[in-house]
Amino acid sequence: MADYLYLIPLFPLIGFLINGLVGKRIGKPMVSMIGCLSVGSAFLVSLLSFNELLQLDPHQRQLVNHLWTWMSVGAFKVEVNFLLDQLSGVMILVVTGVGFLIHIYSTGYMHEDESYWRYFAYLNMFVFFMCCLVLGANYLVMFVGWEGVGLASYLLIGFWYKGMENAEAGKKAFIVNRIGDFGFALGMFLMFWTFGSLSYLEVFPKALHLFEQGHLLLNAPVVVAICLLLFVGATGKSAQIPLYVWLPDAMAGPTPVSALIHAATMVTAGVYMVARSNILYTLAPTASLVVALVAAATALFAATIGILQNDIKKVLAYSTVSQLGYMFIGVGVTAYWAGIFHLMTHAFFKACLFLCSGSVIHAMGGDQDMRNMGGLAKKMPITYVTMLLATLAIAGLPPLAGFFSKDEILWKAFTYPYFPAMGKIIWFMGTLGAGITAFYMFRLIFMTFHGDFRGTPEQAHHLHESPPSMTVPLIILAALSVVGGWIGIPHLIGHALNHHSPVPNLFETFLEPVFEHSEHIVSTKGMIHHYPAWLEWSLMGLSVAVALGGIAMAFHIYIRRFHELPARLAKQYAIHYQLVYNKYYVDEIYYYMFVLPIYYLSVFLWKVVDVLCIDKIGVNGPGWLVKRVSAGTSLIHDGYMQTYGAYMLLGLVAILAFFLGYR
Amino acid sequence: MTQPILLYITFLPLIAIPFIMAIPQKSDALKDVIRWIALMISVVVFFVSLRLYFAFDPSNPGFQFVEHHEWIKKYGISYFMGLDGLSFWLVMLTTFLTPVTIISTWKAITNRVKEFMVAMLVLESAMLGTFLALDLFLFYVFWEIMLIPMFLIIGVWGGERRIYAAVKFFLYTAVGSLLMLVCIIGLVYFHKQSSGEITFNLLSLYGTSLPRIYEILFFAAFALAFAIKVPMFPLHTWLPDAHVEAPTAGSVILAGILLKMGTYGFIRFAMPLFPEGSAYFTPLIIVLSIIGIIYGALVAMVQPDIKKLVAYSSVSHLGYCMLGLYVLTGQGVEGSILQMVNHGISTGALFLLVGVIYERRHTRLIEEYGGIARVMPVYSTIFLIVTLSSIGFPTTNGFVGEFLILLGAFKVNKAAAVLAASGVVLGAVYMLWMVQRVFYGEIKNPKNLLLKDLNLREFAYLAPLIILIFWIGLYPNFFLGKMHVSVERFIRQVKVEAPAGHAIVRNIEGSRFTALDLSRAKKQER
Repeated sequence: MADYLYLIPLFPLIGFLINGLVGKRIGKPMVSMIGCLSVGSAFLVSLLSFNELLQLDPHQRQLVNHLWTWMSVGAFKVEVNFLLDQLSGVMILVVTGVGFLIHIYSTGYMHEDESYWRYFAYLNMFVFFMCCLVLGANYLVMFVGWEGVGLASYLLIGFWYKGMENAEAGKKAFIVNRIGDFGFALGMFLMFWTFGSLSYLEVFPKALHLFEQGHLLLNAPVVVAICLLLFVGATGKSAQIPLYVWLPDAMAGPTPVSALIHAATMVTAGVYMVARSNILYTLAPTASLVVALVAAATALFAATIGILQNDIKKVLAYSTVSQLGYMFIGVGVTAYWAGIFHLMTHAFFKACLFLCSGSVIHAMGGDQDMRNMGGLAKKMPITYVTMLLATLAIAGLPPLAGFFSKDEILWKAFTYPYFPAMGKIIWFMGTLGAGITAFYMFRLIFMTFHGDFRGTPEQAHHLHESPPSMTVPLIILAALSVVGGWIGIPHLIGHALNHHSPVPNLFETFLEPVFEHSEHIVSTKGMIHHYPAWLEWSLMGLSVAVALGGIAMAFHIYIRRFHELPARLAKQYAIHYQLVYNKYYVDEIYYYMFVLPIYYLSVFLWKVVDVLCIDKIGVNGPGWLVKRVSAGTSLIHDGYMQTYGAYMLLGLVAILAFFLGYR
Repeated sequence: MTQPILLYITFLPLIAIPFIMAIPQKSDALKDVIRWIALMISVVVFFVSLRLYFAFDPSNPGFQFVEHHEWIKKYGISYFMGLDGLSFWLVMLTTFLTPVTIISTWKAITNRVKEFMVAMLVLESAMLGTFLALDLFLFYVFWEIMLIPMFLIIGVWGGERRIYAAVKFFLYTAVGSLLMLVCIIGLVYFHKQSSGEITFNLLSLYGTSLPRIYEILFFAAFALAFAIKVPMFPLHTWLPDAHVEAPTAGSVILAGILLKMGTYGFIRFAMPLFPEGSAYFTPLIIVLSIIGIIYGALVAMVQPDIKKLVAYSSVSHLGYCMLGLYVLTGQGVEGSILQMVNHGISTGALFLLVGVIYERRHTRLIEEYGGIARVMPVYSTIFLIVTLSSIGFPTTNGFVGEFLILLGAFKVNKAAAVLAASGVVLGAVYMLWMVQRVFYGEIKNPKNLLLKDLNLREFAYLAPLIILIFWIGLYPNFFLGKMHVSVERFIRQVKVEAPAGHAIVRNIEGSRFTALDLSRAKKQER
């Protein structure tokens, strides 16, 4: 039985409550212990329940934990249920596992902070909501987690709230996410009134059943609409075009937060959601295509911005946006497992990269500008090696984790069964983006760790390797970035490695039952071509070559001719340079297109419509009119006997005249 | 029922008045005695009302705890009170919020404490009467009595422009109610025409057949009176003025309970008495609700005064309530009633919180603050929780209400639901922007450096509200469970069949249900 699943979110919740309520009084060691222990326990329970899952027959792998009925009105009934299956199993291990490492890292990184307890309270709260998001057995419980992690993110981005720009970044993140959630909510409404439920275990079988009975056609408008609305939510949470703008600003938060929330876990929620809804997306090929195209555009677009960022965290932020794009390409081209695979490997190497950058920033005394760094490799060898490994992983060099997952996605895009031609375009964009990724990531490595130190002497004096509480998580994550991909070895390579008993793709096989219905639909409705093995080999080789090319270019510009080439290029392509350097002015465009007009509209509504038109003219107007008219008529009653006498006389004359004239 | 609980809770507050009147308010100690008496009696009322929770039968769609006594026999006027699932939580909200409000005035009201407490108790009594009355005449009496203490609270204990605000509040509401009175009499007249009996009994008047034009006119007059109270756009401009000038306690009661009189009026009177008129105006009301939601949010965004911001946010929130009522789906109506309670809790809490810093700094301008999260951490945390409730964050009460309303609306009118849902985004914008400017950043104003965090008394009256925020958010079935059957009855009663030819045929089942209510009521009376 799985009636203990609730423990997974419960531990972090308790940690949050203790640290939040009394954390200030119990001292830093106690706070760290509670913070880490709660997430560690959640990880242990996750392992236990995952193990229980493995004991079951692959097709029976669903553990449900019913807690209580949340709301029920008429036909609308929502249970607070947790569901552990292969998909949420993988997710929960990533969330609690990486989360645990980052908690430990934080004890070192945040050691000096005066609001240490508040930090751990928020971090625990984040893990709690993330567990709800992942384990929720219906869309509404997922939505609780979905908005909850947004709240944690808001609080942690604005953690150093004394800086107004941090608070501003937090607010921006919350509001942009709210715009996405607006779509998510509408998607849920439409889903409920279409399928009569929000529970995964009811909606998907029902959709499948309707489809098999012929009541629901492939690409039925209602399903396309549901998928697109849900995807609006995903673009917010997972920072895709057009709602990605909050993520780079979110780097205002402490670096471990960037690693946990804004790289490894929260921002991948959208990918998880699409993978979770795989049956719906498979039934709505148009929506899948939109997902894949938006994703490919984001992957390429964000990668180009990454080229010219000088803030080490901003580079990683745009890289995250770009990598999320790859995950969405995966789930968009119906290769759901590949998207989740990349989600997992990305969690390893991107968390590692962020934590390494945190280690660098720690050493630099808070400075994040790569122009002030250089030559740190000698001073911080552990950080250097781990970061280099993670960078090789993200650049997609075999046999590191990123190679397997990214290459699988690109290959699946190339062989996109619903829209083969579009698939080729998406593949091309993805491959190009991969080259750019390798370039900007090695630019980061070279600018940070190679060459001569360019910071102040004071900083140079202060440079040091971080304490073990920080480096141990780095080492673990770097190791995972190396080996993490080996559980998902493509059939082609598996076959080549051992012809007689091919190395299996464990990851794909494990997730198979979650996605098998989708695969079945795709294989009957899509256009399945059989591509020759040499093509897959050569595409694989091509992407490695592209990555190597990117690295070589970065080496050429930022190592060999660092003193003159970057500056010369900037001058030569000034317009392009400015455009990319200023992130295509997207923030400014949004500001002038949406923020300012809405602001002025509101001021107009307030001052003109409300105060002037409705209140002054509409409400007080009649009052004023009555007053003026009475003021006029009251002149008649002036209190003088003579006037009244005159009125009487006039009246008398009028009456007389009337009667006399009439007669 | 053997014990007339409704009589007790309605008139218990008045019992304390002679005692309070007898105490001279010469010293602070004596003022404290007055405060304690008022608090005690309101707490007693709350505990008595808790009995309703246990005795209320959630499977009975009709009225319970009915009390029926003849009053002015000649005109068929009676003292007729009863409670059903529609009014249940509003009554509980009233008995709950009154003691909370009284505690909040402990230090804020030092001038004419005696008169203030008398006004509060009269107000409580009148509010409860309004929610419980089932005789139109009795209802009207309570409805009008309610105005007087509120008028005094704003006009005597208010801010600088209190007289203007109080008069505006009074005239605005009175204009609407007078038209309603005319139509009440008209309705009774038509009822006599068809049945030969003069009665103000609401249950008898349900289902009175009126000429269509009168049905529409009467509905319009009732709706006007209630829409002013809600307030619906564009009849809302008395609200910001009243809130800004009212003392904290006045704002809490005004936003927390008085506004609900408007929406309650629609549920209990305007809609079931005149279903055809209601159907006729449905498109207009839905449009005005949506305008209210978006307009209220936008105008709230640019307010420099926190209280005004909250006041305009009420226009937005009440827009949801009206929308939920008018989509006439189970989810919409239950969400709407729940949202009335939610709004009472979260907006009440917001006004209390604004009152806390107002007592310390005597200003409510956002620009006067900034960075106070550092000096008032507990206060800031509670403010943030209430903010989350106000913007409908899941696990808080606001989410459940808004979600149900929008879900219900989506079934009937997708465009309306989409537009209304955009208000959820705007809600986050204006609330979080305000929070950012008040709590975050550096402390720029040196006066804020010495701000004291919440004291025990302040914490004590805020804590129950916080508990309720999460209680409703996590386990709304506890609250929704009391409504289901009454809401089903209400929907059957109000829903009119689609126009067949020229005539709109009233839902027959609806009138049958009213008859059932009547027989039940009579049975209970015996």
